[in-house]
Amino acid sequence: MENTLRQKAKELLEKGEVKVVIGYGWNKQKTHTTPVFITKPGDAGKLVFNPLCVNNLSLYLTKKFSDIKALGKPAIVAKGCDIKTIAVLISESQIKREDIVIIGMTCNGVVYKQELWKGELKPEIMPTKCHNCDVRNPLADFVIGEKIDFKAPDEPTGMVFDKIKGLDKSSNTERWDFWFEHFSRCTKCYACRQICPLCYCERCIAEKNMPQWIETSAHQRGNIAWNLKRAMDLAGRCTFCGECERACPANIPLNLVNQKLALVVKDAFGHKAGYDEKVHPPMIVFNMEDEEDFIK
Amino acid sequence: MTEYGHGSFEPKIIAFVCNWCTYAGADLAGTSRMEYKPNVRIIKLPCTGRIDPLFIIKAFEKGADGVLISGCHPGDCHYTTGNYHARRRWIAFKSLLEFTGIDMKRLHFSWVSASEAIKWVDLVNNITDEVKKLGPFVEYKGLNE
Repeated sequence: MENTLRQKAKELLEKGEVKVVIGYGWNKQKTHTTPVFITKPGDAGKLVFNPLCVNNLSLYLTKKFSDIKALGKPAIVAKGCDIKTIAVLISESQIKREDIVIIGMTCNGVVYKQELWKGELKPEIMPTKCHNCDVRNPLADFVIGEKIDFKAPDEPTGMVFDKIKGLDKSSNTERWDFWFEHFSRCTKCYACRQICPLCYCERCIAEKNMPQWIETSAHQRGNIAWNLKRAMDLAGRCTFCGECERACPANIPLNLVNQKLALVVKDAFGHKAGYDEKVHPPMIVFNMEDEEDFIK
Repeated sequence: MTEYGHGSFEPKIIAFVCNWCTYAGADLAGTSRMEYKPNVRIIKLPCTGRIDPLFIIKAFEKGADGVLISGCHPGDCHYTTGNYHARRRWIAFKSLLEFTGIDMKRLHFSWVSASEAIKWVDLVNNITDEVKKLGPFVEYKGLNE
């Protein structure tokens, strides 16, 4: 699988079809994979693909990384879930489909955190998204790897969804206490924003201070405002790549808020983010028949 | 800020209203000399589509006990579709706040047209009573201590 990937990358670079291949490579100790940017055909051997490839590389296609954009047309090594994010980026006119080459990797799942890797991929160390994955055989320009026979469960299952169900059942006070405790650990490092491929605003509202909508200190007032605002901005867009939660140094369960909103959007507007790049994100369009029993 | 202690608790309710319908409706209630609870503080915006979810969070941060959001009936928007977009946003935002444990009795949405002064008066009175029963929004106010 890796050899085919390297071969393909080399071929694309040699032919000049792309100027850079965004993929995964080993770190020095070979314990983690990190993003690599291959510009010379000779370096294609650095590319790897294994269950440690957790990063969502579509982040590097956004305007946050203008230096990568300056290199020229990219090819991106993407798992099925990463391609969902690329589809959202295309639907939001951030990139053009013809401007990128997608090398889709068939994938049996990745680890939740790279530190959990003990040489074998077990269901216990896989994140919830992998248990519900319906894109193990991605749609891409080139698909590398053997076809995988896996059927996603009809109803979303796994830790994230179980916790959402549990919170839905609990009382307002319990929910408030739960989130109060988690948000109180937020230090406003904005790692969630930096790693999110869909948080691509050139100027974030958190950085505006005339007026200051979100307090910059790590006070609970601003923490709540920031986390709710970011969840709200991702409503109907989040593809559940889980990168924000993985990047969070305070282990705030951000997947819960994002997936809760994804479920709400699916129920209310019948939209699932990342499956069709030709469909507008649900929050910028409307339907005359939208639910309004809560409006007096 | 809040009237703790002396007698009963009087809630502070922030109303975000649109310029063309609800504000005109509230204005009509005033010019018709209708009486309603003075707990509501009206903030006029061009359209309900202008109401960012952060406005609501900010209102709670600054000590609101309840928030009312009101605009034109569907189809009546001065800007044709502003309230349809707003309605979509509220569906998501309401669920998000519910999920974080904020009591939905503190957040109200309504359509009030320019001629519905009576609806506006009833709405404000009802919401004030409801929020009064809930008491001060201690969860959020606790953040300021």
